[in-house]
Amino acid sequence: MKINISHILRIIRFGGKNLWLHKLRSFLTMLGIVFGVASVIAMLAIGEGASFEAREKIKELGSNNIIIRSVKPPDANTAQRAMLNVYGLTSSDFRKIESIPSIANIVSTWEAQEEIWYLNKSTPGRIVGATPDYAETTNMRVEKGGRFLNEVDMDRSKSVVVVGSSIKNTLFAGVNPIGKDIKVKSNYFTVIGVVEAKIFSKGTESFAAEDINFDVYLPLSTARGFFGEIILIRNNFWDRTWVEFHRFIVRVEDSNKIVTTSALINKILESTHKKPDFEILVPLELLKQAEHTKKIFSIVLGSIAAISLIVGGIGIMNIMLATVTERTREIGIRRALGAKRRDIIYQFVTEAVILSASGGFVGVILGVIIPKIVSKFAGMATIVTLWSVLLAFFISVAVGLTFGIYPARKAALLDPIEALRYE
Amino acid sequence: MKKEIINLNNIGKVYSLGQVEVSVLKGINLSITTGEHLSIMGPSGSGKTTMLNILGCLDKPTEGEYLMEEKKISTLSDEELSEIRSRKIGFVFQTFNLIPQLTVLENIGIPLFYQGIDESVIQDKALELAKLVGLAARIKHRPSELSGGERQRVAIARALINQPILILADEPTGNLDSETGKEIMSLLIHLNEEGKTLVVITHDPKIADQSKRIIRILDGKIIDEN
Repeated sequence: MKINISHILRIIRFGGKNLWLHKLRSFLTMLGIVFGVASVIAMLAIGEGASFEAREKIKELGSNNIIIRSVKPPDANTAQRAMLNVYGLTSSDFRKIESIPSIANIVSTWEAQEEIWYLNKSTPGRIVGATPDYAETTNMRVEKGGRFLNEVDMDRSKSVVVVGSSIKNTLFAGVNPIGKDIKVKSNYFTVIGVVEAKIFSKGTESFAAEDINFDVYLPLSTARGFFGEIILIRNNFWDRTWVEFHRFIVRVEDSNKIVTTSALINKILESTHKKPDFEILVPLELLKQAEHTKKIFSIVLGSIAAISLIVGGIGIMNIMLATVTERTREIGIRRALGAKRRDIIYQFVTEAVILSASGGFVGVILGVIIPKIVSKFAGMATIVTLWSVLLAFFISVAVGLTFGIYPARKAALLDPIEALRYE
Repeated sequence: MKKEIINLNNIGKVYSLGQVEVSVLKGINLSITTGEHLSIMGPSGSGKTTMLNILGCLDKPTEGEYLMEEKKISTLSDEELSEIRSRKIGFVFQTFNLIPQLTVLENIGIPLFYQGIDESVIQDKALELAKLVGLAARIKHRPSELSGGERQRVAIARALINQPILILADEPTGNLDSETGKEIMSLLIHLNEEGKTLVVITHDPKIADQSKRIIRILDGKIIDEN
């Protein structure tokens, strides 16, 4: 028999017609595949979105960076209530870390949560006392028309600030903030730049997510000038703390040395800090962890989805077996009129594949829509990748093929004489 | 001299049902030439259905030799037999055996479909044959919308579309009232007069008597031929 495109199309058309005769049954059979495919795509999209956010966050931290943060030791509040809590990173730590040969650059910050004012509007924000190389170290870019802090600002302890994009949006709606003065604790600072918005989402708390779009950067020297060499923060009436530096950001040029460098820093700090009042974050390690987590996540989600696809396939097989029995006589007629076994196989496999492929098609549509809904209502980033759509669709076709072959073979192996006599 | 298209030489058929062997056909010798109108008669259980299945290449004999146009049939594979059914034989069944979900036109075209012929060619031929059997107006209908006589006409048109060397009709009037039965028989006889070889299997003497040659079968043997 010669196989040509029009013949194949006819087989498909007749197959479709047969399925259309039993619309409800075909639809119900399809549902299994629809949900299977939709869940494969949606789950992979959610997984991909989560890992994308994680990666973005880590990139934001700087993949060649090591971040050392001051943390309040666990006993600080209870044991020394009403006393001065002294903890965290110091300038002596800074100098020790600075002398490690593998370190290309180190920046330090001092930070405080304050109310930021412009005219009669205010927003809570984070004051970050920083050095001019802070922007470069943290991959921060300043919007056109402004600039980041420079050496002169630093040397002269100028009252200038660079604000995060959310500060600009909340305080300066429709106004160019450059040259305007903001007020923090009765001190005025002139805005000289706005930092480009960075992606921030609530979904990634695990990666030390602070919304840096609410940051206000001012020269570290200015911060010291206004707030004193020793900084007192009154968290509440009973609790006062003293922290010299909140953060060091260390850049290591050779990414192979990041792990050893962070171990070395840890050793140096542990030798002088009796309390666990610091933590070291290695974004590269987090990145590796994130990739690993994503892998496991994808495997778990993929397996769940694959099971539903298999269940869908079994549904198709079940209905095809019923169809074959129901149409035994038709099979006999076709065989008597010259259909070969493989013609019968083609016919029933085609029907099974039409079922699974149309289920797959509907599933793809749902699978693209569902992540969007999830994004909208759960605030999670989701990314539908082309490969996940193609994968899910082709798996659905393969499911139809696999689970259609057995019933089709059963049909083809019927004895035509017996089949013709079947009532 | 008419050309011999079918030659059955000492054909036997034995079914083995577990331990028991049932001999359904024994020592059948038969020759059919082009343009013949032949009836095979016999009561039920006589073996005439098995005879039809073997003649129609749906079944293979267990003994003897079947030659169709001098080609050995007995040893062919399932696929080769399908090919022969598709190209050489036209079946007309007692129960019509139309496919319910297909239209009249599509039903008529089935044998050519399995030859892989282009759809437009099939449609043209099917339409031509629908006209021949007087159903040109009903080509879009489904079998359930047709009367018994009309269904059998569709079946006859379907049996003609592959230009078979042999039309095998198995009790073609068995499910029809006598009036319609007569019409169907006269259509078949008309086709035979046009040159088609016709083999009718029946238990009805009135049908058999319309043919030029009658073969009677009883207990798997030809008992009489005239």
